[in-house]
Amino acid sequence: MSVLTIERKVLEKNDDLARRNRELFAKHALFVINVVSSPGSGKTSVLEQSLKYFGTSLRVAIIEGDVQTDLDAQRIAKFNVPVVQIVTNGGCHLEAKLVNDALSSFDLSNIDLLVIENVGNLVCPANYDLGEAMKVVIVSTTEGDDKPLKYPGMFHHSSVLIVNKIDLVPYVNSDPEVIKKNSLQINPALKIFETSCTTNKGIPEWCEWLRSQTKKRAV
Amino acid sequence: MHELSIAESIVDIVHQYVAQEQRHAVRSVRMNVGTFSGIVPDSLEFSYQAITAGTDLEHSFLTLERIPFMIRCRECGQESVSEDGIVACALCNSSNTEIISGRELQVKDIELEDMQQEQT
Repeated sequence: MSVLTIERKVLEKNDDLARRNRELFAKHALFVINVVSSPGSGKTSVLEQSLKYFGTSLRVAIIEGDVQTDLDAQRIAKFNVPVVQIVTNGGCHLEAKLVNDALSSFDLSNIDLLVIENVGNLVCPANYDLGEAMKVVIVSTTEGDDKPLKYPGMFHHSSVLIVNKIDLVPYVNSDPEVIKKNSLQINPALKIFETSCTTNKGIPEWCEWLRSQTKKRAV
Repeated sequence: MHELSIAESIVDIVHQYVAQEQRHAVRSVRMNVGTFSGIVPDSLEFSYQAITAGTDLEHSFLTLERIPFMIRCRECGQESVSEDGIVACALCNSSNTEIISGRELQVKDIELEDMQQEQT
């Protein structure tokens, strides 16, 4: 019996492509976030409210990732921002190559912020680097306050937590403080926002923070 | 659930290191798999068997070594295993910690049967 030593990361190919994406983003001083959550937590709604808030004050482009349909891209297109829909046809996450292919549809030098909305899934997207500056994880109050403890991997990899559907708290037996406490047990460094896409609560704070991050990148 | 594409990447790596005429001698592919790598071991082993069936790698199998999720405390220096992914230090309870293992997904080595031994 002989043994060949390999020691290679299985996702090395994806990591290499993510590094290339990151270099490209840096070249264009582009701030890029990867938005992740379970299906139905309100990723697209938070984006819609954010686009409404920014208006023409920030040049935003969106990549939508879904297993099927371009329904989300249609929603975003109403805001007259550049948008590309990636349909994974069953794939449970976006990969760096899919994002790289989508980038050719954009004029990167005319964008300040690129938002990649990942496939709704709290497991698989955690392990695939797309070249983003940070992952933003959204948890809605209707999902159960224990989500961060059940899916710790995603929270380890994220830098920002948005607790969405905060307006529904009186109706769904949720305590946002518990969601936040559970999240911070998994990742004490999380920056946290509370939002409602119905009342617009928290959207200005989230957007202004995002704008400040975008400006930092442009310097 | 992306174990099938992970299994394909593992086969790609084996192909890069083992020449075609030697592939039937591959006995096992040993992997380091962190508890929080997002991989279901049984599902990965099943996927590997499924995609290598009928190929030179048909008689090979995956050996998965589970790597525990571990943190190191920046306050007291203690290294501890966390089963649930919570990053508080087991000794002093500080959450000023860093993750030191448990997210690996790596092909460690490949075991090959001795070719001459196989002929006898």
